[in-house]
Amino acid sequence: MTDLLSELLAERDWLLGDGATGTTLFNMGLEAGEAPEVWNETHPDRIRALYDGAINAGSDIFLTNSFGGNYSRLKLHDRQNDVFTLNRIAAEIGREAADASGRKVVVAGSVGPTGEIMEPVGELSFESAVEIFEEQARGLMAGGADVLWLETISAPEEYKAAAKAFQNIGAPWVGTMSFDTAGRTMMGVTAADMVAMVEGLENKPVAFGANCGVGASDLLRTLIGFSSANPSIPIVSKGNAGIPKYVHGHIHYDGTPELMGEYALLARDAGARIIGGCCGTLPEHLVAMKAALESRPRGPLPDMETIKAKLGDFSSESDGLDGGGGSKRKNRRRSA
Amino acid sequence: MSDEEEDLILSELSDDDLVLQMMDDLYDGMKEEIIESVNILLERGWTPYDILTKSLVEGMAIVGIDFRDGILFVPEVLLAAGAMKGGMAILKPLLIETGAPRLGKMVIGTVKGDIHDIGKNLVAMMMEGAGFEILDLGINNSLEDYIGALEAENADILGMSALLTTTMPYMKVVIDTLKEQGKRDDYIVLVGGAPLNEEFGKAIGADAYCRDAAVAVETAKELIARKHNAREA
Repeated sequence: MTDLLSELLAERDWLLGDGATGTTLFNMGLEAGEAPEVWNETHPDRIRALYDGAINAGSDIFLTNSFGGNYSRLKLHDRQNDVFTLNRIAAEIGREAADASGRKVVVAGSVGPTGEIMEPVGELSFESAVEIFEEQARGLMAGGADVLWLETISAPEEYKAAAKAFQNIGAPWVGTMSFDTAGRTMMGVTAADMVAMVEGLENKPVAFGANCGVGASDLLRTLIGFSSANPSIPIVSKGNAGIPKYVHGHIHYDGTPELMGEYALLARDAGARIIGGCCGTLPEHLVAMKAALESRPRGPLPDMETIKAKLGDFSSESDGLDGGGGSKRKNRRRSA
Repeated sequence: MSDEEEDLILSELSDDDLVLQMMDDLYDGMKEEIIESVNILLERGWTPYDILTKSLVEGMAIVGIDFRDGILFVPEVLLAAGAMKGGMAILKPLLIETGAPRLGKMVIGTVKGDIHDIGKNLVAMMMEGAGFEILDLGINNSLEDYIGALEAENADILGMSALLTTTMPYMKVVIDTLKEQGKRDDYIVLVGGAPLNEEFGKAIGADAYCRDAAVAVETAKELIARKHNAREA
């Protein structure tokens, strides 16, 4: 039996993802420092409204409110014993919302990073990471998620641990990383590195890609890096709605719905098949993205100049793939 | 690694070569070699302060430059910082004993409501690597936590980190409180975190926004030097 996401990918050229969970929940009154996952229990109506916002804007896929719902993140709120329950409820509310929509909408169980640094540089062992991801994944699947959706990962080891955990419970999954440091992930992974890693997995995801990071321009450059490596599985693009700006004591993302429409078109031209937003992306942005994708034709693979002209400048000159940037100082052991 | 690398005997190197070697070993995150070299220099009569400033701090500065330039990434920096820490464990008590001059003390922490700490930890490590004393308050700090620690520690620098757009504004609350209490000019205030930028740093009244850990170190050094000059003038 194939999963709903694979089914939709087989039927359709592109799928619309969802927008921001955090931004939306903060707009609904979530306080900084509060664990959003606790709202699954205390404010299920607001979580339903979050999901309905994406569904009504035309999303084919939406992510559950469970990004920080793993043992090591919930421990910071002393809720580490409720991992299964909070995740199950996150997915249950999603299942209800999707089933009520009257069309095929994928409930994607969001799984974020552990927040720990993995061995050998950090403390978290591969085995512990697998356990952490598996516990959360079980809750999400028990609540009726169609697929698991790993996102905002920086370390290849952590991505692999999640792949192993999802394999253990036989759940289909998608996994994206964040390329926020000179075009690479915080741990130095390039777009090409990620393709090589994903292709080498025993338990390959249904789709892979990039989310969050810096601005839409950087994300597009990463997509081109993916496409150039000719991956065998579909690419996901979930970029932020511009860059946060501090205006009169409040935070605004400078990405307008029009800009996100342009971003969606360029993402499709760059090879993405699942296109959504991340931080700052609200239903109005999703509506504009869908309208742009439906009404305007495909274009050629965008070049860096086009991206820069339409979406703004890049945060770094190189993304580690163009031979630009410096290289590591070599041969450090001097001979006596 | 080639075979001749295995043959390298640290104790046979001249002081100059050993110092260069230490910079290389820091770059490669070789903790045991750093510890060995620190001990060799101590045996040769180097002062703890010279070992710190002329080998370890210089070596970490190179790591910082390559991190800033997107050549080294977090894993390599963590390994280098780990090696530095190995050397510092030996030097720290000796520095206190010998009354070596202090570069400056920083109180650092993630702001209230924010539980992200990887970036903040990196800054703390790089600052320590540059020879600053660090008091790391961890995550979720109130203005009382910050201001209390600044006073108790007689610190020079306040470092605040935020990874959420919703927690960034709290930095302004802390700075405004320092102003109200007439203490703002007692400290250098550095802010950082993924969603921040220079414009934001200026808007809230910080001394500087630091894009990454390497920039934080450079900025701290520069502002401390400027402060000392201003005092002497």
